[in-house]
Amino acid sequence: MALLRIRNLSVDFATASGKFRAVDSMDVTVDRGDILAIVGESGSGKSVSMLAMMGLLPWTATITADEMSFDGIDLRSVTAAQRRKIIGRDMAMIFQEPMSSLNPCFTVGFQIRESLRKHMNMSRRERHQRAIELFEQVGIPEPEKRLGVFPHQMSGGMNQRVMIAMAIACRPRLLIADEPTTALDVTIQAQILELLTGLQRDTGMALILITHDMGVVAETAQRVSVQYAGQKVEEQPVRPLFSTPHHPYTAALLAALPERATSKILPSIPGVVPGQFDRPKGCLFSPRCSKADDRCREIEPENQPEELGRAKCHYPLGVNEPEMAQ
Amino acid sequence: MNKPVVVAHDLTRHYEVGGGIFSSTQTVEALSGASFTLQPGKTLAVVGESGCGKSTLARVVTMIEPPTSGTLMIDDEAVSPDKWASLRSSVQIVFQDPYGSLNPRQRIGDILMEPLVINRKDMSAKDREAQARDMLAMVGLRREHFDRYPHMFSGGQRQRIAVARALMLNPRVLVLDEPVSALDLSIQSQVLNLLVELQEKLGLAYLFISHDLSVVKHMADDIVVMYLGRPVETGPIEDVVANPRHPYTKALLSATPIADPTIEKKRIKLEGELPSPINVPKGCAFSPRCWKATEECRAKRPVLDEGRHRVACYHPEG
Amino acid sequence: METTMERPGRLREFWYYFRENRGAVIGLSVFVVFVLVAIFADLLAPHDPTQQYRDHLLRPPAWSEGGDWSFPLGTDPLGRDLLSRLIHGARYSAFVGVVVVTVAASVGILIGLLSGFAPRWGDTIIMRIMDIILAFPSLLLALVLVAILGPSLTNAMIAIAIVQQPHYVRLTRASVINERTRDYVTSARVAGAGIWRLMFKTVLPNCLAPIIVQGALSFSTAILDAAALGFLGMGAQPPTPEWGTMLAEAREFILRAWWVVTFPGIAILITVLAINLMGDGLRDALDPKLKRS
Repeated sequence: MALLRIRNLSVDFATASGKFRAVDSMDVTVDRGDILAIVGESGSGKSVSMLAMMGLLPWTATITADEMSFDGIDLRSVTAAQRRKIIGRDMAMIFQEPMSSLNPCFTVGFQIRESLRKHMNMSRRERHQRAIELFEQVGIPEPEKRLGVFPHQMSGGMNQRVMIAMAIACRPRLLIADEPTTALDVTIQAQILELLTGLQRDTGMALILITHDMGVVAETAQRVSVQYAGQKVEEQPVRPLFSTPHHPYTAALLAALPERATSKILPSIPGVVPGQFDRPKGCLFSPRCSKADDRCREIEPENQPEELGRAKCHYPLGVNEPEMAQ
Repeated sequence: MNKPVVVAHDLTRHYEVGGGIFSSTQTVEALSGASFTLQPGKTLAVVGESGCGKSTLARVVTMIEPPTSGTLMIDDEAVSPDKWASLRSSVQIVFQDPYGSLNPRQRIGDILMEPLVINRKDMSAKDREAQARDMLAMVGLRREHFDRYPHMFSGGQRQRIAVARALMLNPRVLVLDEPVSALDLSIQSQVLNLLVELQEKLGLAYLFISHDLSVVKHMADDIVVMYLGRPVETGPIEDVVANPRHPYTKALLSATPIADPTIEKKRIKLEGELPSPINVPKGCAFSPRCWKATEECRAKRPVLDEGRHRVACYHPEG
Repeated sequence: METTMERPGRLREFWYYFRENRGAVIGLSVFVVFVLVAIFADLLAPHDPTQQYRDHLLRPPAWSEGGDWSFPLGTDPLGRDLLSRLIHGARYSAFVGVVVVTVAASVGILIGLLSGFAPRWGDTIIMRIMDIILAFPSLLLALVLVAILGPSLTNAMIAIAIVQQPHYVRLTRASVINERTRDYVTSARVAGAGIWRLMFKTVLPNCLAPIIVQGALSFSTAILDAAALGFLGMGAQPPTPEWGTMLAEAREFILRAWWVVTFPGIAILITVLAINLMGDGLRDALDPKLKRS
């Protein structure tokens, strides 16, 4: 049985000018020990879907789903108290800005012990021991000393390590990392990604990595789900996704990478991601797609079968070509 | 070889911080010993992590701040604060965040015409408007966008507007301070293409500041790698990428994720954090994190050697 | 490039957020009525506010015993129609509010801008002076100023404006310092903009939102302070139908004729409350920090 199963999740926001659909009938399945990357541009609903699952959205949001279960527990029907028990213990999340995710008024040691106190049945001494252990685990030097330090006294990379330590404090079975390295420098990013994948390997937890960076995806993920304008347009294991993308959007996104460029002018996707006011009929990518025809502009495509990456497209790519054998 | 537009020699910028009642002032060496030349039609990339002095360099070159020492020559004219006003139109800047760099209370037309209003006082209002509308067309927007406000545009379009504004005074040099790192991937390539086209058309020299090596590899002709305010390696981009000589460059290249899952990478794992520019380590600034560091490195600061591909290291690779 | 669809205009968005706060809408409607009454006082008032009807001294409101429908809210000890006086009083209150806010805001914004752009020592001097002004209880300071200048409505307005202006200075300076580090300001500097252009064209328009909110709130403070000064005999002088002065004149009749103090009091209360509610709504709608997603 899957650890996390979401079927047909939609999130609507009430805004100044009517309803805005941020997530549109999205499916997510994560098994134990999985690393799933959710890739998409800003406004593709990748963070919103996870926040919706954790019940962290403001009251302006309306969430609907056919199924939303974590480890057999239906997340749609749990009470707020039960949900709080799950979140932070079995399911944890780290965010993009480590500086603003930690409370500047308390030492990091206090904050990490606090989350242990909430969720684990531990004595004071055990909590202190566990905090030191966790700091060692995430590679913070001199853990004993660092426990008494305030977030602003440490660098972004160190704070992100503290965040990770807090997230894994109660040995979660699912860790959601929302752009965990975007605010960090390249060499620090490499350290943090290595730490996350290492922890995932050692503890066997599932990891959902939300990112926009194709390089990060290629180096860490096992499976990739590509989001566009609130919809999942494709899902494949990482290697075939990069070698034979089935959705034109994925293909165009990969072609636009500067490192894949063959000439000085990059192949680019014209136009912009549709917003609240210019959502097209039919396929959402059709106004920007080079292969779109009238059918694409009129009828919303169904998902293709598993072999074609469940691509949400009428004319998926890479159908006739033989699968690139590894 | 063309005549260079900008020649910078040993540019240095220090800041005094602190100096309250209870603390003595400290000097931050934000930028030290930066030397480079910019050729028309060429792109020089400046690469480094936070605190490496990239943004300070941009502020000095665009004459927002004077250098503490060192000389900056624009078109053979030495820059000093009294000449800023006259030299200003040669060097313009595009910022990273297109949401913060356009005045939200000004119309696009006013944003574009402002440099002309200030610097071309004899120009008629009609000419200004015509030039602004032409510029909108040149950066791939529509002439009718003249009357709109910035909040009506997406990030990529705003960055086009920022480029258009920077070009209004017909500058010879454009400082691009992380111009695409706030943009989505599909928009990033549009803006990069625009920059390439404009460079070809107008013969602009670019000072391209970035932390993203994959973008830099695509755009740049030459590269300067900076660490804690100092250049540690400089040279033609192909040479530096193909065989980096400074250990830091090597580590930086190996840390940059590559969008190809089939490549097995051997990553150089850098220990430790970036030191703050307030207390730069003695000797080579990189020595505390370097796997090759010796006593010599910790005692005395290495200087850039000579040649086309220069490096400041006692134990260079290759 | 393709078109960007029109996003809702600023005004529409503003109205959306403003409308969400019901108190603010009520406040706004009351305020509009108040302004209309002030403008058309001459047409609305049934009597001349200074006309003394010697046969109708201290007549109670029309609905109570002994009342007369020609004086709906009754008359004061000198036989003047209370309703007419209140209607004309609205005019004085509106006048006080407008003048005080205009003077205090323009002076305060100017000093705040200068302070925000000044070198560190200049900024320190200005802000310490403002701190000193703020250290006095505002009404006390206004009283002292009026005592020096002599009691009249004009001098009261000057005094209140001086007392209120440091709030604008601090507010403006805070947002100037915040905005000054933004990229668009640097961008204007790279374009060669001089200091005056930076101050008034680039930065000021972006600092206006919190100042507008402060303006609305200090409008009500001004009315309240003017009434207080009038009540203490240091503001508008009799027979001006100013609400505070009316209260002061009727003080000794509180026990005999409740209406002479109640109605001016209610007028002040409703006006100030309405403006404050409206100010809260403005803050919700204009202050991006409090904006909900």
